[in-house]
Amino acid sequence: MTSAIKVSNLHVTIEGSHVLQGVSLDVPNGGVTALLGRNGVGKTTTLKALLGLVPSTGDVAIMGRDVRGWPTHRIVNLGVGYVPEDRDVFAGLTVEENLRLAERSAAPRYDDVFSLFPELRERARQRAGTLSGGQQQMVSIARAMLNGWPLLLIDEPSKGLAPRLVSELAEVLERVAQLATVLLVEQNLAVVKRLAQRVVVLDHGEVVHEGDPSELDDPLVARRFLGVAGAS
Amino acid sequence: MSVFLTLAFSGVALGSIYFLAASGLSLIYGLMDILNFAHGLFMTIGAYVAWDVATHLPASWGAPVLFIIAMVASVLGGSLAAGLTEVFIIRPLYGRPISQILVTIGLDLAVVGLLLGGFGSNSLSIPVPLWLIEASHLGHVSLPNSDFVALIAGLVVLVVLEWFLRRSRYGIIIRAGVENRDMVSALGINVGRAFTLVFVIGGAMAGLAGLLYAVVFSGDLIAPTQGDSLLIFAFIVVVIGGLGSIRGSAVAALIVGLVQDYTNYYLGSHSGMAEIGNLSVVLLLAIVLEWRPRGLFQGTL
Amino acid sequence: MSVSRRGVVVAVAAFLIFLLVPFIGVHVPWILPSTVNIINSTGTLEVLALCFIFAGVALGYDVIFGFTGLLSLGPVMYFATGVYVFDITLTHWNWPLVPALLCTFGISLVLAIVFGAIALRVSGIAFTMVTLAFAQAFYYLIEDNPHGLTGGDTGLALVSSRLPGFMSGAVSNTRNLYWIAFGFLVVSYAIVWMVTESATGHVFVAIRENERRLEVLGIRPFGFKLGAYVLSSLVASGGGVAYILLIGTAVPSAVASTTVTLSILIMVVLGGAGTRWGAVTGAMIYVYLEQYLLKVSAEPSFANLPSFLRVPLSQPQFLLGAIFVLFVLFVPGGIAGMVGRFRVRREGRNRG
Repeated sequence: MTSAIKVSNLHVTIEGSHVLQGVSLDVPNGGVTALLGRNGVGKTTTLKALLGLVPSTGDVAIMGRDVRGWPTHRIVNLGVGYVPEDRDVFAGLTVEENLRLAERSAAPRYDDVFSLFPELRERARQRAGTLSGGQQQMVSIARAMLNGWPLLLIDEPSKGLAPRLVSELAEVLERVAQLATVLLVEQNLAVVKRLAQRVVVLDHGEVVHEGDPSELDDPLVARRFLGVAGAS
Repeated sequence: MSVFLTLAFSGVALGSIYFLAASGLSLIYGLMDILNFAHGLFMTIGAYVAWDVATHLPASWGAPVLFIIAMVASVLGGSLAAGLTEVFIIRPLYGRPISQILVTIGLDLAVVGLLLGGFGSNSLSIPVPLWLIEASHLGHVSLPNSDFVALIAGLVVLVVLEWFLRRSRYGIIIRAGVENRDMVSALGINVGRAFTLVFVIGGAMAGLAGLLYAVVFSGDLIAPTQGDSLLIFAFIVVVIGGLGSIRGSAVAALIVGLVQDYTNYYLGSHSGMAEIGNLSVVLLLAIVLEWRPRGLFQGTL
Repeated sequence: MSVSRRGVVVAVAAFLIFLLVPFIGVHVPWILPSTVNIINSTGTLEVLALCFIFAGVALGYDVIFGFTGLLSLGPVMYFATGVYVFDITLTHWNWPLVPALLCTFGISLVLAIVFGAIALRVSGIAFTMVTLAFAQAFYYLIEDNPHGLTGGDTGLALVSSRLPGFMSGAVSNTRNLYWIAFGFLVVSYAIVWMVTESATGHVFVAIRENERRLEVLGIRPFGFKLGAYVLSSLVASGGGVAYILLIGTAVPSAVASTTVTLSILIMVVLGGAGTRWGAVTGAMIYVYLEQYLLKVSAEPSFANLPSFLRVPLSQPQFLLGAIFVLFVLFVPGGIAGMVGRFRVRREGRNRG
């Protein structure tokens, strides 16, 4: 069976700095793969490069298709949902309009979305810019899963959320992951350990470690790759 | 008092035309980061296409019919010119906003040069119905009929544009794109189509503005450089209103039209300066920027 | 940027040739912009002098646009200041040369600081629009002929008995005016060279590349941006002074309209923004072509051409605009970029 994502020797240069220096990465079909690393090592850039949002060189295959040089919308229409860092909901649009914009299939799965986030139904007419951070995150995730796509790229969903919301979020993501393959960028190791079956660690623009999330329990591994004390 | 009201009316008419010109510029800037210097050209092309159509159709059709056809022609001419510009000149330069600005400057110079070569710098006269040259009287106040046409055109376009941006799917795409273009394409939408569309819409409004300006303020005369001189004021309206904001453009267009009209009349006759209206508009721009560097309404489409 | 030996040789050779052109009475058919086919004829010298003037102005503009990365659309304002203040102080007030020059540059300096500071309150596209609006207001002001100073649309001829004899606009003086224009270009080049090679010049480039990074380093870009703006404005005023000496009449449409700004912008982009010799070369070619096309379209045989050829060819504005569009689309980096790519390719071949 082919991988959901297969990347080899991916390079990205932004404004003169060489952000990704030959990233190679394999995301198998099914389950959650977590992409870890300190701040600024290029995790977000990796996701953007996969989607063609930043210019890159190297080989990228998504669901078996060579997508080098493709425009973003074409890559996305292969069936890739994207939940960006900082959510990026359209603040001037209502919740309903945000979702309507994301419709790419004849039968958008509003039932799935609203069973996961009943609150969004009530707030359909509210401008997304006036929602709380947690609610905006719901909109962002809802947009990505509305079409029932097989692959989701999710970038730091827990960033800036209150601790209580983080555990709710993890629960939601657990349910989302049953429907799709997920490549997750996440700093919160508790969330990673709860969700991920595999972890990939980036440092200085390269993949430095791949393995099982349980290895993160070793404080040495955690400190060496992530610059954090082991989560426990 | 009656002079005051007449001036208010023609200021609003002028503002309507500025709105037609500026709202397209603002949309194009908001979505694509392009300062479109060819917008003046679209106005000029609209006016010339209208002239060409109106003078080549049989006069026996009657002036009112010809004028309505001319208005439609100006809209079609402006939008066609804009659409072609986007597809053939702007599109190859995606991701290079400065080059996109430069290329619109070159295009404007080249085509205006061509018009100057073809038609000369002399003005051409657009045939209009007699009614348009007359004025209506409301009590003591005399209101030129052509001002009504400008006002109605401005209002209709504002309503249609608002409806389109609020209700239609492409309107939502455009509003979202103004906020965050990358995220729109990350939802699987081909933003390039929206780019062409805003150029076509902007060009349609610009073409109409070019024709109406000639009819309302220029004695039915059109000239190759007319669009470029209008363009400067459209730019000022866009900056005052806030780049990318349609409602901002509408409000700023009214303010600029009124300020220009009143200062021209009241200060122009005292100071003997023919250009006082234009100068005060620039002064207004400086004041607004000192007070609100991002314009009156930036961030709200 | 290091100065290559070849660069120095080319520069010195060009300097000597242009310095000596007024003594070269060689007959050259076809390519001269004057109807007289002799290199040092008055007509050709005048066109070359105009080339030098705009080359200097373009070079100054390159400091703000090419090096600092700010798309100002206001250089014509300072060019017009040079033209009109100098003209007015001499013609209306009959001042001697030196006070007139001091007054011209003084006013230009004050205007540049005030308007630059206001315009730089906004950035990006808004800055561009604001500079454009100010320049346009300035144009209206000149057209309005306040207190009969500027002569409005009819223009203002330079008439002064206080001007040293060798500078006055007589035809016999064309050679002197040629050298004055050339001197203006050489001085502008020296100043721009010194500034852009200095530490300040490197800050200009850093602003263009990444303004935020500078702020992180604790450098406030505002002062540097204003400095670049003022420098390019003063050079433009110097060009205005040389222009009115050479041409002898100030007409708003020729020296104060936005078209002039756009021409300067096109010159710099054609030649290669951010390179000194590129801006100079672009301006020389632009002005020369413009004048040459005007000559050609005035020739009697031209009227016999079919209209689909005659109409576009008779409009330098069309041809130059079209060339510019093609350059932006297909020749990124202008002439300088093209030469650079050619050199890289040749060196690659020599090595391999």
